[in-house]
Amino acid sequence: MAKELWKGNEAIAEAAIRAGCKYFFGYPITPQNEIPEYLSLHLPQIGGCFLQAESEVAAINMIYGAAGCGKRVMTSSSSPGISLKQEGITYMCGAELPAVIVNMMRGGPGLGTIQPAQGDYYQATRGGGNGDYRHLVYAPATIQEAADYVQKAFDVADYYRNPVMILADGMIGQMMEAIEWREMPKRELPEKTWATTGTKGERKPNVINSLYIDPNLCADHNDRLAKKYAAMEENEVLFEEYNTENCEVLFVAYGTPSRIARAAIRQLEKEGIKAGLLRPITLWPFPSKALKAAADQASVKAVVDVELSMGQMIDDVKIALEGCKPVAFVGKAGGVVPTPAEVCAAAKAAIGR
Amino acid sequence: MTNEIMIAGFGGQGVMAIGKTLAEAGMKEGKDVSWLPSYGPEMRGGTANCCVVLSEEPIVSPIVLEPTELIAMNLPSLLKFEPTVAQGGTIFVNSSIITEKVQREDVRAIYVPCLEIAQELGNLKVANMVMLGAYIQAMGNLGVETIKEMLVHMFTGPKAKLVDLNIEALRRGAACVQ
Repeated sequence: MAKELWKGNEAIAEAAIRAGCKYFFGYPITPQNEIPEYLSLHLPQIGGCFLQAESEVAAINMIYGAAGCGKRVMTSSSSPGISLKQEGITYMCGAELPAVIVNMMRGGPGLGTIQPAQGDYYQATRGGGNGDYRHLVYAPATIQEAADYVQKAFDVADYYRNPVMILADGMIGQMMEAIEWREMPKRELPEKTWATTGTKGERKPNVINSLYIDPNLCADHNDRLAKKYAAMEENEVLFEEYNTENCEVLFVAYGTPSRIARAAIRQLEKEGIKAGLLRPITLWPFPSKALKAAADQASVKAVVDVELSMGQMIDDVKIALEGCKPVAFVGKAGGVVPTPAEVCAAAKAAIGR
Repeated sequence: MTNEIMIAGFGGQGVMAIGKTLAEAGMKEGKDVSWLPSYGPEMRGGTANCCVVLSEEPIVSPIVLEPTELIAMNLPSLLKFEPTVAQGGTIFVNSSIITEKVQREDVRAIYVPCLEIAQELGNLKVANMVMLGAYIQAMGNLGVETIKEMLVHMFTGPKAKLVDLNIEALRRGAACVQ
């Protein structure tokens, strides 16, 4: 198929439609507004529903309702809006409802700024809501990946009966790149026998709920969820390795900073320093084993974590490494993107050059 | 070969459109391309810019810090970005509204009276296409035929008459390059 030029936000919206999503509920916020804008035009054309809710809290609960009806549904927002959705996300994990939630991150804390940032890593991977819950987090670094992983996310959400988050920074939402629309491999999905679609007097009503007032039943529920999360950790880890073999410096970065790191790798190569990149594509589950294996190479003198935050993923990097190599950090929060030169300087400092 | 282009001007001058056209033409010619707009709390009449990268290799970062080419559609853009242009780079100046000259001597400067030419053609909206014509002529990195094909696809039905106007704007822009 011929390549087409797509803006990240619009590609995400189109990918949702291609994945069979007919329902979208959201509330406007920069830098993700092209997602609802695109869907407000195109969902009604395919007999779907686009609705601008009165708030993010309303939108996430509309998602809960539509997912409960067994329909493919999506919401999108940016950092402060995603904070408002946290209660809904833990309820959806508790009630085991599949949906796709897009967070096009901007600078924080609070209202922060509308420029790209990655300050919501903790919130996305640890959960900003209450209770022991987990959900997959995909972090696309190109528009092609954004289009691909949104389509995949709907399948994965249905497969596990769990929400899935797409976590990207505002730059991925705003930029345009050439992409190809390609069919993602389909999973065999269980029928949604649990959905509340009306009994027609032929079966017992389905109940969708996250309340288990009997502590024994609630403990069983948590055990069952934990098994599901363990299966995700076992089967869903995704990452990309670039130039890591025998590298001296190992960068770890996701989204836009992974692209800055690749520019830094080119620069360092000119200066005779071999650097590589391990780029997590799933942030949860985190590619700990792959990172440890790459860092364990005798050639690696230091691991350098690059983020658009003051250092959040670095915790997962340190957990993965188990102290095997020193970890340095370079990053900026609040909407400013570090330059390749700054990343190079941090790498050289980390290996004493 | 990689072109890292900064295109800047007032909102409404077609800055984003120049960038999109360059990116799409590059894509059609098999290059790797990226287009990154400035977005922020801008106001009407304020400045806007976008970065375009056209490359024979896979693009790593879409952020342009040291442009190989600058297209300055207004004075604030020239003042802001002239110092960032790479040595040996090219600066395209919309000389209709920028009376200042490029100060640096290690870059090539090309002056294009976009508005006057557009006025002669009878449609001020093609001022950005005049600039695009100058860019393509000076850089030789994109085929003018590619852009013409895109125009034919872009303007159909009652707008089809705009194809020839835009092609003429490209040609007149190209003629500004010595």
